[in-house]
Amino acid sequence: MTLDLSLLPDGGVRWLDASGQHSDIVLSTRVRLARNVDGYAFASRARDGERLRVLAQVRDAIRQVPAMPQSFMVRVDELGAAERALLFERHLVSKELAGLEPQHPLRSGAAVYLSDGLSVMINEEDHLRMQSLQSGFELRAAYAALDRVDRELGARVPFSYHSEFGFLTACPTNVGTGMRASVLIHLPGLVLTKEIGRVLAGLQQMGLTYRGLYGEGSEVVGNFFQISNQTTLGRSEEDLLDQLIRVVGHVIEREEEGRRVLLRDAGYIIEDKLWRAYGTLRYARSLTFDEAMNYLSGVRLAVGLKLIRGLSVYTLNKLLIFSQAAHLSAAEARSLTESETNLARARYVRRALEEEAGSVG
Amino acid sequence: MVCDNCHERDAVVNLTTIENNAVRQLHLCEQCAAERGVETTVATPKHPLGEFLQAVQQQSMPASADAGKCAFCGLTMKDFRDTGRMGCARCYTTFESSMRELLRRVHGGPRHIGRPYRAPAEQVLEKAGVLGELRDKLRRAIEQEQFEVAAELRDRIKVLE
Repeated sequence: MTLDLSLLPDGGVRWLDASGQHSDIVLSTRVRLARNVDGYAFASRARDGERLRVLAQVRDAIRQVPAMPQSFMVRVDELGAAERALLFERHLVSKELAGLEPQHPLRSGAAVYLSDGLSVMINEEDHLRMQSLQSGFELRAAYAALDRVDRELGARVPFSYHSEFGFLTACPTNVGTGMRASVLIHLPGLVLTKEIGRVLAGLQQMGLTYRGLYGEGSEVVGNFFQISNQTTLGRSEEDLLDQLIRVVGHVIEREEEGRRVLLRDAGYIIEDKLWRAYGTLRYARSLTFDEAMNYLSGVRLAVGLKLIRGLSVYTLNKLLIFSQAAHLSAAEARSLTESETNLARARYVRRALEEEAGSVG
Repeated sequence: MVCDNCHERDAVVNLTTIENNAVRQLHLCEQCAAERGVETTVATPKHPLGEFLQAVQQQSMPASADAGKCAFCGLTMKDFRDTGRMGCARCYTTFESSMRELLRRVHGGPRHIGRPYRAPAEQVLEKAGVLGELRDKLRRAIEQEQFEVAAELRDRIKVLE
């Protein structure tokens, strides 16, 4: 099976187009629901045949779901490692579904349904992991789109549900609503003003948690944080969303305040640092992933502060995705060594910035 | 470069402070930086499951209710402690009393008050199954250019829908 992401509008990264609210600070909003099909063991304990039956049952149902128009299925279990890594880097599947973690080898029956902004992973840790991705800070819209898929699919496939515990999931931390709502947020102002520690500690007191760019277990790079609800049981979906909206709104205000302080009290230092970041990206001949992320973070901040004009947030967002190793390999149509990847990354970033260089100032 | 504060250890943190509109540059070692409340790395939050599994370990297992294994998938409480994952939906009723206690600890609230759900009735599922089968047959008929068969299948699908 070959992977053709051109079937998706914008290759499945329309959520990076910076059209949503507060998109200079909040890159994207993601809501996911975990569900299991009743009558089968959960995916990691199920036999191959059971997982294939789950896949067949879900496939029949999804064909009739109007909330996911023009969706198409990718059999992840039939893809090579490079293509699976590409799907993961594009945030279309989890690392576990892509079989990229040593402790979770690729499962038979692993598949994903993709459509514009909505996807359904099949045979992840749970039989179904449905998710909605939107640009900017748009939690309600993201949930509303996903809720429709959940209801339409749940009317055709029996989900495992317990009257007291709610939707049942492989990991007890997801039981209840099965919902994890998160925003991918860029907080350089809070990091540079050293306020970030306090803000992150506050999140945990509010029942929220944070992770790096790639979710669970990933490190924080480039000042990108994923903030999400920590608990899923004992509160309604609306309650959990309201809480997240309120707290993230507050974090955005603190970030804006941090940026104002930086500009007021250290204007020339900040301006110099950020232009240097732009200069490095524009002319460097070799860039590691972490370097690229950190400089992109600086340039992104400069665009937000209007110190650098004429560079679109969409371009910067796309660089985050397309300058990753599997994407660079795909673009060069061959596997790359680490040093070749760093050269290819610098070349890719340089070209992307060159295209808009005429209007940058 | 040595630390500006203790003048002993190597400076690893370059701290820019703004005091009374004056910018001051300080070169600090990790220890002195930490004493001033500057974190050099952002700590990863404790994963809820870590605490959760700890809770499972600490809990004295009521021998009566939770002994044995899930009748559907064969999972035991030991398997759960090793992996942190339940094996199937039935596990939640098999180990209900332990789960109730653990869910309360992990989530705070013990009861689901989110969207209620009722699984589709048997007839609906049966119809969906039959429809799926008919659609597969229809696809094969079209592929094999058996258009008469295809037309008949299409009619049957329409009636069911």
